[in-house]
Amino acid sequence: MTNWRARPAVRWTGVFLVAFSLAVLPFALAQVGTTWVRITDYAILYILLALGLNIVVGFAGLLDLGYIAFYAVGAYTYALLASPHFNLHLPFWIILPIGAAIAALFGVLLGAPTLKLRGDYLAIVTLGFGEIVRLFLNNLSQPINITSGPQGIARIDPFHIGDFSFSSYQTIGGLTFSGPIKYYYLLLLVMLGVIVINLRLQDSRIGRAWEAIREDEIAARAMGINTRNLKLLAFAMGASFGGIAGGMFSAIQAFISPESFILVESVMVVSMVVLGGMGNIWGVILGALLLSFIPEVLRWTVEPIQQALFGRMLIEPEVIRMLLFGLAMVLIMLFRPAGLLPSSVRKRELTQETL
Amino acid sequence: MLLEVRHLEVHYGGIRAVAGVDLAIAEGELVCLIGANGAGKTSTLKAICGLISSRTGLIRYAGEDVSYAPVHVLPRKGLVMVPEGRGIFPQLTVEENLAMGAYAHGGGDPSAQYDRFPRLAERRKQVAGTLSGGEQQMLALARALMTRPKLLLLDEPSMGLAPMMVTKIFELVHDIAKQGVTILLVEQNARAALELASRGYVMESGSISLEGEARALLDNPKVREAYLGE
Repeated sequence: MTNWRARPAVRWTGVFLVAFSLAVLPFALAQVGTTWVRITDYAILYILLALGLNIVVGFAGLLDLGYIAFYAVGAYTYALLASPHFNLHLPFWIILPIGAAIAALFGVLLGAPTLKLRGDYLAIVTLGFGEIVRLFLNNLSQPINITSGPQGIARIDPFHIGDFSFSSYQTIGGLTFSGPIKYYYLLLLVMLGVIVINLRLQDSRIGRAWEAIREDEIAARAMGINTRNLKLLAFAMGASFGGIAGGMFSAIQAFISPESFILVESVMVVSMVVLGGMGNIWGVILGALLLSFIPEVLRWTVEPIQQALFGRMLIEPEVIRMLLFGLAMVLIMLFRPAGLLPSSVRKRELTQETL
Repeated sequence: MLLEVRHLEVHYGGIRAVAGVDLAIAEGELVCLIGANGAGKTSTLKAICGLISSRTGLIRYAGEDVSYAPVHVLPRKGLVMVPEGRGIFPQLTVEENLAMGAYAHGGGDPSAQYDRFPRLAERRKQVAGTLSGGEQQMLALARALMTRPKLLLLDEPSMGLAPMMVTKIFELVHDIAKQGVTILLVEQNARAALELASRGYVMESGSISLEGEARALLDNPKVREAYLGE
């Protein structure tokens, strides 16, 4: 089955083909419309989020329903340090690590009081945590205006290195690079980094310890695993990826408000992880891609299809979009309960039950 | 003394599960702790290895006060527990379970365990949850041995096993003890435990009611009446 891996020529051709298609993808999409490049950018942001959450949920087995809070922390960190709001304009390569660190700190803040909780109880507490962060962002406009409350923060700086700005049009070597295309390459780079970190983590001593904690926490402790520190580490690492994604989101959007960080967003990221296959990095990426693109594809197809079939709009596009989306989720979970690309361990779990 | 426990008390809310237990185990001994359901045996064991934090009293291991030591450092010092109900990782394979046992030392060679438990060698790639009860208990023992224990705390290794398998497991425990591992064995199966051990403690509603040579306890009329069903 893994024959092709053994042949370096085949393998390198494969790698080259994937790299080539990823490199030309934004230009191909730009032919259809810059919107699609933008949608791809957001899809990559969701991949970053899903990979971060996968560390907490998939590797360590801790269900976190408030994950979007770390995205919010990263986003607001960037917005406050690079916008006219406080008249601070720090460069992104300074803010992103700060955002990651602050998000990690928030991860520990959430992790510390919930160390003894598992399953449903942990889910409820994390859900509350996500809401607390959002409510704070919504209300921290008084007595001192920090977040501008529900109005959000506008005119956030785009990423720039010297004179090279990520938001403007530019022609390099006959190719026109729009803002979203430039961000695409940056996001792609960050995503590759995050994937490599995740792959390395999975097979590391830390990854194995997380696996043990997920399976049986008491036994893990009896093996000499420091469950407290490792659970906190999972929360912190997961949160820091969320923080980085948040910072990039802030810059791409140029405007953020608490509305971007509602509970549904957390649920969305959890769905990506579960649907794709908890614990399997490639599955999680697939889940994030599907759940990012399906709603967009539906957005553009539902209306013309209805017009063609019935000659008029029967159901609001927004309503039917969510309806079909929900249906797709139910079907996938019914037929592939371990996710589209389950991790090897989860696959065992389910085949065992059906034995 | 390898392990010394003094005035150990464990409280669950208002209930005192362990009420001032004193224990001492010398290096190389195989000591058993017997008693009825709810006598506080498992609580005593869990308190010794730190799995219960609501405890008072002194625990000395290898000359060191470990009363407040965090759970995860004890396996590195050689104090290893095999929890009740085995506590194997059901979704991992036999091989992966053993690798997890070597975690405390950053790795180890499982071949010695495969020699000791040939049954596990045959099932190396099998998922642990699909093993029989006896094989799971073997795996729990093998995994604990991967941690290179000096003192092994066994919590009811015979629980829920077929009589033949119980005999087999006790033989294995005997072999492990012979090779120099000190063992504290908690058992409800009083006769088998006393026949195996050199010394024994009898626990009754949270405290030690009798202690002494295992032979003497086997002959003790009180023990015979209460725990051996005569």
